[in-house]
Amino acid sequence: MKAIDERPVGIADNPRPGRFKKHHMEDFAGRSYTTICAILLIVIILSIVYFVASKGLATFFKDGVSFSEFLFGSKWDPDGNHGEPQFGVMPFIFGSFATSILAAVIASPLSICASLFMTEIVPGWGKKLLQPVIELLAGIPSVVYGFVGLTVIVPALRDMFPGQGIGIAAGSIVLSVMILPTITSIGTDALSSLPRGLKESSYALGATRWQTIYRVILPTVLPSILTGVVLGMARAFGEALAVQMVIGNAPHIPRSLFESASTLTSVITLDMGNTVMGTAHSNALWSMALALMFMTFIFVVIVRLLERRNRI
Amino acid sequence: MKFKKPLLMFCTLVLVLMLAACGSKNASDSGSTTGSGTATEDKPAAEETLSGSVLAVGSTALQPLVEQVAQKFMGESQYSKIQVQVQGGGSGTGLTQVSGGQANIGNSDVFAEEKLDADKAKELVDHQVAVVAMAAVTNPDAGVDSLTKQQLVDIFTGKVTNWKDVGGKDEKIVIVNRPASSGTRATFEKYALGTKTEDLQGSIQEDSSGTVKKIISETPGAIGYLALSYLDDKVKTLKYDGVEATEENVASGKYPVWAYEHMYTKGEPAPEVKAFLDYMTSDAVQNGDVVELGYIPASKMEVKRDKDGNITK
Repeated sequence: MKAIDERPVGIADNPRPGRFKKHHMEDFAGRSYTTICAILLIVIILSIVYFVASKGLATFFKDGVSFSEFLFGSKWDPDGNHGEPQFGVMPFIFGSFATSILAAVIASPLSICASLFMTEIVPGWGKKLLQPVIELLAGIPSVVYGFVGLTVIVPALRDMFPGQGIGIAAGSIVLSVMILPTITSIGTDALSSLPRGLKESSYALGATRWQTIYRVILPTVLPSILTGVVLGMARAFGEALAVQMVIGNAPHIPRSLFESASTLTSVITLDMGNTVMGTAHSNALWSMALALMFMTFIFVVIVRLLERRNRI
Repeated sequence: MKFKKPLLMFCTLVLVLMLAACGSKNASDSGSTTGSGTATEDKPAAEETLSGSVLAVGSTALQPLVEQVAQKFMGESQYSKIQVQVQGGGSGTGLTQVSGGQANIGNSDVFAEEKLDADKAKELVDHQVAVVAMAAVTNPDAGVDSLTKQQLVDIFTGKVTNWKDVGGKDEKIVIVNRPASSGTRATFEKYALGTKTEDLQGSIQEDSSGTVKKIISETPGAIGYLALSYLDDKVKTLKYDGVEATEENVASGKYPVWAYEHMYTKGEPAPEVKAFLDYMTSDAVQNGDVVELGYIPASKMEVKRDKDGNITK
């Protein structure tokens, strides 16, 4: 105590001369670390993009498959077991979109209601109860979802509907549970960051809680919730294992929701190990990976656009 | 508080380096020619104490056997300095990696000539360590006990879609297949059907035997095929042209739906790789682990088959 009081304070006679130099050093070190991390991330991402693109584009340039034949062809026979090899991935693209859109359609209302429940209806115990449940859902590995789907959902659908239970319906139900946490947590964040004044002024005008939620809160947070839905769809689009287990993997556009179908990811995981690098079949799988990546970019762009709208 | 800062920095640095390592590993693993798994060039001086590492990659059908034998092999005192690593990934991966030099042994369900180009396949040396036989299986309530080759072909090509047409119940047939690129499917098509089949609309494809069995046992009217080691009373095992799928019938050549499990090396194997392959084909392993895991020892086979499917006694 005494020692500090007696010491004159000022920059001119700094008691510890090395101190400022040390701060500069720290500053420099921190800056370098973060820069290195950032550069590393960028390099990793760029090299992955480059690698997938170089493998994926070989289908078109080396193996001479035309772009439209690849995207819109509906016949998949890459080894040419029945005449000419054919590389139509339309059934897989269809399967991917069908499952992820259907999953979003099933999951969105549930998630939005759950986040409304947590923030508006019962903010107290509702949040305490639901939050851990949702986090738990997010932490369950996809194999478990797939296995539960195969053991519970597929037999249930088989009993209720014509068909084998396997198919797009089973896939989207499994996926909808998987994307619930994504949409719910983003929805909850958006709802709880809403300015209090908005809600209060609505109440002050005599609106009921339902009117407030329906007319004021939901329209305001709609872009954020849509962001969550798009992110959820992106996750559903990229999910492989769980879907592969319940969808059946027939390379055809199914005639019903309960008939065996394929997604881009399920075909890649199914065939990758059995093909030899550099063959046309392997290259076609890389092209599908490229298409998947391209779709993810589009999802990111959509999220960006939604965020921009959200800022107003 | 103060001493924690450098620690934090250090941790960050370590993490960054770890991530960096991961990143570059992924890149070089998938880049086909950067040889990163061949640490076996250094020759051991004495015969007695072989050392080095052996990497066996490929077929998931063969993987359980190789893994179990590798554990035993490393437990033997004279081989304790050899590290054997076993990885799955599929027959295609195994053949690619052994041909590219990333792995010492490539495990495969099919002959290398069926997957690789002829000049690449020529460099590989085949070691046939076991035989795996397959049987057509159905859901128990299909009501069929035996199918002829022609009936199987009709079912798998979609000509017959109801069990009553082949002597069973009035039930729709659901095909549970393997992916078109799978070695198991190639074997079944080649030796049971004699023809390549298309993936039919509505057919199911799964790549793991466990899932295939689960789906067949639960789906009414399902038909598929499994290795003998997976068979039990949850699924109905069909006779093929009246011949039962038993080990004796396979060994004597009466039952044709079987294939060799291959372990390929590039050129003649290095001493420690050879030691492992010799151990694999030793009587103790062939009559012990191979039988125990449901494969048939290659030595028991009374008939031999070459890559074109010609059978010799």
